[in-house]
Amino acid sequence: MTHAKTTPTSRAAAPFLDMRKAAVFLVRYGMFIALALWMLAMSLTSEHFLTSTNLLNVARQAAPIVIIGVGMTFVMATAGIDLSVGSLVALVSVLTAAWLVAGLPPLLVIAMVILVGVMLGALNGAIITLGVPAFVVTLAALTSFRGVGFVISEGRAVPISDPIFAFIGRGDVLGINTPLIIAAVVVVVGWFVLNRTRFGLYALATGGREEAARVMGLAITKIKIAVYAITGGLAALAGVVISARLSNGSPNAGMMLELEVIAAVVLGGTSLFGGRATIAGTVVGALLINFVRNGLNLHGVNPYWVQVVTGVILVLAVLMNTVLNRRAEAWARANPEDDREVRK
Amino acid sequence: MSAPMLEMRGISKTFGAVTALSNVSLRLEAGSVLGLIGDNAAGKSTLMKILAGALRPDSGEILLDGAPVNFAHPIAARDAGIEMIYQDFALVPELTVTQNIFLGREITRSIAGLRVLDRSTMNARSEEMFAALGLRVPAVTLPVQALSGGQQQAVAIARATGFAARLVIMDEPTANLGAPAIARVRETITRLKNAGVAVIIISHRLEDIFAVGDRFMVMKQGHLVGDRNVDDTDNADLVEMIVTGVDARAARDPVADPT
Ligand SMILES: Nc1ncnc2c1ncn2[C@@H]1O[C@H](COP(=O)(O)OP(=O)(O)O)[C@@H](O)[C@H]1O
Ligand SMILES: [Mg+2]
Repeated sequence: MTHAKTTPTSRAAAPFLDMRKAAVFLVRYGMFIALALWMLAMSLTSEHFLTSTNLLNVARQAAPIVIIGVGMTFVMATAGIDLSVGSLVALVSVLTAAWLVAGLPPLLVIAMVILVGVMLGALNGAIITLGVPAFVVTLAALTSFRGVGFVISEGRAVPISDPIFAFIGRGDVLGINTPLIIAAVVVVVGWFVLNRTRFGLYALATGGREEAARVMGLAITKIKIAVYAITGGLAALAGVVISARLSNGSPNAGMMLELEVIAAVVLGGTSLFGGRATIAGTVVGALLINFVRNGLNLHGVNPYWVQVVTGVILVLAVLMNTVLNRRAEAWARANPEDDREVRK
Repeated sequence: MSAPMLEMRGISKTFGAVTALSNVSLRLEAGSVLGLIGDNAAGKSTLMKILAGALRPDSGEILLDGAPVNFAHPIAARDAGIEMIYQDFALVPELTVTQNIFLGREITRSIAGLRVLDRSTMNARSEEMFAALGLRVPAVTLPVQALSGGQQQAVAIARATGFAARLVIMDEPTANLGAPAIARVRETITRLKNAGVAVIIISHRLEDIFAVGDRFMVMKQGHLVGDRNVDDTDNADLVEMIVTGVDARAARDPVADPT
């Protein structure tokens, strides 16, 4: 502490600054704290909660949400949204089963459905870059992708009995479930791309202020198409994981999954308006949603109430993400003339 | 006589039914400071965005050192040494000071064949830029939205001057600034000029151009209506051209452009 610099004003402002920092911290990391508190409460009230079987089970349920959530984080970084991911899961589920039944090798099937996901995502992105709002384009895709799934499958679920799929859905490596490993790899790669590469930076710049990104010469059209293509590919990967876990290909797979994914991403602190995105937050958001559901289930709460609670959480998350966050950020810089030095 | 550093010839641009520029030409010598003035909607920003590669002209050509160039892209203009400070600064609020300064031309390093952003080098370089300019920001790792308006302008200036520019375009650099900040902007312009960098200033404040400029160009409704040396004109002369769109001197010595 340098006494020379401590003016009366800055001493008086110090506790106020600390309070401000605490408020900003709470809004920013509120979900991490909420997750910790919820897990603490559940482990105190239910003997089944804090068992490795239960925890792994919840984490495995969260895996598809995390996998798609990584892509959705990039989409939201560009200030976009993709409502079609749940339906893409259904379409991929149907295609996977159909192509396996047709006798195609399982690895080829996986590559093909991921390619389908990438191409449909790129199609979404291409239409969006023509100027149609992302909400409208992907809402249309939401109904049509699942519709195609129903047409192809004639509404029936087809069993999947391939051993590679059994490994993907229910297998493990050194005791860790395969879906968890796949999700972890996606998270690590996603974090790296978002935070350490030009592409991630450009996605954030595009969502933060598109006109600025444009005059700085960023290829906005390509960036936007790419984030939807990535999300499509990841939704297809999640579709493979879900079909493998359920051992069937069904046009009903992934119902309402888009809402859970969006809730997870928003809960995690990624801005709905673009420019700010966090992969770690998305993971926490996905875990929080699934642990809340799991805790309520363990306490025997009516599953329909669980749906209501999920909806309430989504609204709270958006509230936190928009109004509260903006207030906290504004509060944090309420005093721009703080005599701060260039940090070395 | 050698070719001027920059020449724009016969630039035209329309937006739908609006003719923003019609047949505008401009010459600029290295190290000279040009004030581009005119009413709102005269086409000043559009002309400069074309020069900076942010817009494509419908017709006309741009020559650098006598050689035609084609700025299909802002990056192409920046690679040729033409930088622009936009009226709204064109900063991304959520990105840090350094990320904004290097946006579109990041320094990367290779890790196991992957191109990774070299954040520490870029942070160090942007701190050097601020030090060289005598400008201050609280920290180059802060998001730009946490800065005051004057500090945000400092970021835009650092970005435009930190990469060996030959021409810096400033769109309303002194609008909404207090007297001390205006003095700093004038200092920056003089420093650039002394370093041989040409500067084009779009400004409503004629006194800024009288203070640091060499030449005025007056635009009205998409046309270039007059051209004056700073020491050969006064406020009344310029204001008359801005308002009427007619150059009284040229009326005596008419040029071949009856529109
Ligand atoms: N992107 C655009 N789309 C449509 N019209 C535009 C656009 N940019 C500028 N204009 C129009 O072009 C004319 C010149 O604008 P501008 O170059 O911004 O003028 P100035 O900078 O001199 O005020 C105005 O009529 C303006 O409305
Ligand atoms: Mg303008």
